[in-house]
Amino acid sequence: MAGSGKAHLRATGDVLLRVEDLVVEFPVGRTGLKVHAVSGISFDVLRGETLGVVGESGCGKSTTGKAMMMLPRPNSGSVEFEGTELTDLPAAAMRAARTRMQMIFQDPISSLNPRRKVRDIVREPLAIWKRGTQAEQLAKVDKLLEEVGIDPVRAGESQAHQFSGGQCQRISIARSLVLDPTLIICDEPVSALDVSVQAQVLNLLEDLKAKYGLTLVFIAHDLAVVKNISDRIQVMYLGKICEVAPSDAMYSSPAHHYTKLLLDSIPVPNPEVAVQQVTVQGEPPSPVLPPPGCRFNPRCPAADDRCRAEEPQLREVAKDHFVACHHPLFGGEAPVAVRSATG
Amino acid sequence: MNTRLQAASRQVDGPLLRVTDLRTHFRTERGLVRSVDGVSFTLDRGKALGIVGESGSGKTVLSRSIMGLLPGRNTERSGSVVFEGEEIIGLSLKDRRKIWGKEMSMIFQDPMTSLNPVMRVGKQVSEGLRIHLGMDKDTARATALRLLQDVRIPEPEKRLDQYAFELSGGMRQRVMIALALACGPTVLFADEPTTALDVTVQAQILELIGEQRRDRNMSVILVTHDLGVVAGHTDEIAVMYGGKLVEKAPTRSLFANMKMPYTEALLRSIPNIEDPSHTRLNVIPGRPPDLVNPPKGCRFSPRCEYVQPKCINEEPPLIAAEHSDHVYACWYPVGSPVYRERRAQLDAEKRRAGHNQVGVA
Repeated sequence: MAGSGKAHLRATGDVLLRVEDLVVEFPVGRTGLKVHAVSGISFDVLRGETLGVVGESGCGKSTTGKAMMMLPRPNSGSVEFEGTELTDLPAAAMRAARTRMQMIFQDPISSLNPRRKVRDIVREPLAIWKRGTQAEQLAKVDKLLEEVGIDPVRAGESQAHQFSGGQCQRISIARSLVLDPTLIICDEPVSALDVSVQAQVLNLLEDLKAKYGLTLVFIAHDLAVVKNISDRIQVMYLGKICEVAPSDAMYSSPAHHYTKLLLDSIPVPNPEVAVQQVTVQGEPPSPVLPPPGCRFNPRCPAADDRCRAEEPQLREVAKDHFVACHHPLFGGEAPVAVRSATG
Repeated sequence: MNTRLQAASRQVDGPLLRVTDLRTHFRTERGLVRSVDGVSFTLDRGKALGIVGESGSGKTVLSRSIMGLLPGRNTERSGSVVFEGEEIIGLSLKDRRKIWGKEMSMIFQDPMTSLNPVMRVGKQVSEGLRIHLGMDKDTARATALRLLQDVRIPEPEKRLDQYAFELSGGMRQRVMIALALACGPTVLFADEPTTALDVTVQAQILELIGEQRRDRNMSVILVTHDLGVVAGHTDEIAVMYGGKLVEKAPTRSLFANMKMPYTEALLRSIPNIEDPSHTRLNVIPGRPPDLVNPPKGCRFSPRCEYVQPKCINEEPPLIAAEHSDHVYACWYPVGSPVYRERRAQLDAEKRRAGHNQVGVA
C-alpha cells in the first residue's frame, strides 16, 4: 500500500499517540470490492495538544478516530498510545487501555442509554472498573456533572430524553472524563447543536482540557470550529492526508488545493464579503474505487499527468507545515521522487 | 436560459406574498405549543428572503404554515396569507394542491427521505409537469431532461432512469431542486437545503439556487440556522426567536446595523475563521424558550445580557429603525444608551475575568 509519507511525524517532544500506515478497509457485500476508508495514513499527537481532523463525509476521519480505539482493529498499521502498541494488544489489555482514551460522539442523545438515569450512566465506568467505594464514585460523578453544568440531583432522577441536545453532550463529556483519561477523541461533537449551544460546548471542552491536562483529537467537518479549538489541523480527503499544519498557518496560507477549496466554501456571515465563486465542481468520488495517483486529482484545478499517476508524499513546505501535493499553492513543485521500495 | 413568462402575465400590484399575524399552534398533551405566534412580513417578486433561527424558533413551521403543508388535526392556524392578491388560508386541499408545485414549491433538508425511493428520478420530475402543465409523456420526459441539465447533473440522460439511492447527496439535492422548479413556481421555499451536505457541495447548491432565482425571476425563502448561508445569498433576512419575528431588514443593513441583541449574540457565537485559534467564543447562556409557556415579556429576556425590568414584564412591539424597512422588537436595542451602559459594564467584568474577548464598539 502506497503510504502518504511520514515527514511530518515528530521525533522529539512528548508524543502521546503515534499512528503509522493506518489502513482500514471494509468489504462491500460479497462483491470482493472494498471500501478504502483509510489508506495508509500516519500522524502523531503530543501530550496536551489538540489535533483537529477535518474533511468531508467519506474522507475517513471518523474511521480514523474509531481505529485508534481498535473499534474495529485496523487492517494494518500501528497505533502506539502512551508507549504501548495497541494493534496486537489482547482484548483484556485493550479494554484497560481504553480507560485512558475516551470518545465523544456526534449525536449526544442516541449515545446515552435511554432507559437509565443520567447519573448512573456517568457512574457506570467507575462501577465496571471498581474504582473506589460507592460513596467515592458518586462524589466524583456529582463533581464532574457540576463541572459540565448539569445539576446532579436532576441527573439522579432523569433520563437522557429529558435533557436537551446540548445538555446530553455535556453528560457525554462528563462520562468520558470519569475514568481520568489522557486522550479524548471527539467525533463531530458539536455538529448536531445550535450555534449558541455549540459555543458553550466548545468553551467547556477548552476549560476541561486546561483543567485536566487533556489531549484532544477533534474530528469535524466545520473548518471554523476546528480552527477555533485546535493547535494543529490535519486535512483528510478520501482516506489520505492532504495537509498538516498549525491552525493559524493552515488558514492564512493553505498549501493544498483541497484545503483552499474547503476554506473558500465556508459561508462567511458578512454580506460585504463577496461570495467566492465555486471553482471546483463535483463531489468526492466513491472510496470503493479511489482514483489512482493523487486522490484529489479529478477535482483539482492544478492536476496534470503526474497527479494522475504518482501519489504525492507529505513534505515540509514551511516550518511545521506539511503538504502532500505535486503542485502546491506555495513551497514549489515536489521533487520527482524515487519510488519507495515498500509499495 | 429558461422560459418563465407566466409570472409576468399574472403580475398583481403589491407584494407577491403578504403574511399578516400568522399564528400556528399545535395542541399537545403538554398544552398548546405556540410555534408561530403572530408573524407578519411581505415578500416581493424575485427577492430572496432568509429566515434565520435556532432549532425550535418556529422557522420551519412558519414556512410550512404559509404553504398550508401542516396536518389539519391538532393544528390551529389563524391570520392571513395573501399570495398574488388571493387569500390562501382556508383553501381546501384540492385548491392547495393546485398551488403546490405550480405556484409554490419546497425543497427539504434531507433529499433522500424527500424523494420517492421506488420511483425513477425522471418520472418524479415529470409527474408535476404532466399533472399541472398537462404535458404528454414524451414532452414531459424531454422537459425533465432539460431540467436536470439546468441543475447541472452530470450525465442527465442516464439519471432519468436511476433511483434516488443511486445518486450522491449533492446530486439528490439537485434532483429535488429540478423537481421543485419543474412547473415554474413563483416562490421556492428552501428549508435548510444544504444542512445535510458537505461544505464544498453546499456552496455549489446555494449558487445554483441563486442562479435559478435570477433566471426565473422567482422569489426564494431560504430557511436556515446558519447566518453565514443567508449573508451571501439573500436580499432580506428575518430573524425568528420563540415563534416570533424579532428583527427583519435588508441583508446588508442587518449585518451593518443589528438592533436586536439576540441577532448580535447569534452572530457572535459563530466561531470566526479569521480569529486566532483558541479564541474564547461568545456564548448565549441558557436555551430557547419552551413554547408551551413562553416568557411573559420579551421572549429572549431570560437569556439576554442587557435585560432590564421592562423586558421581563412587557413584550416589545416590532418597530421601525432609522429606515422603515428595518424592523426589530426590543426595548433597548443595540446602540441605545441603556445597551451601551450595560455593554461597558460587561466588558469591564470580562476584562477582570481575563477572557480575551473583544466588546462591540
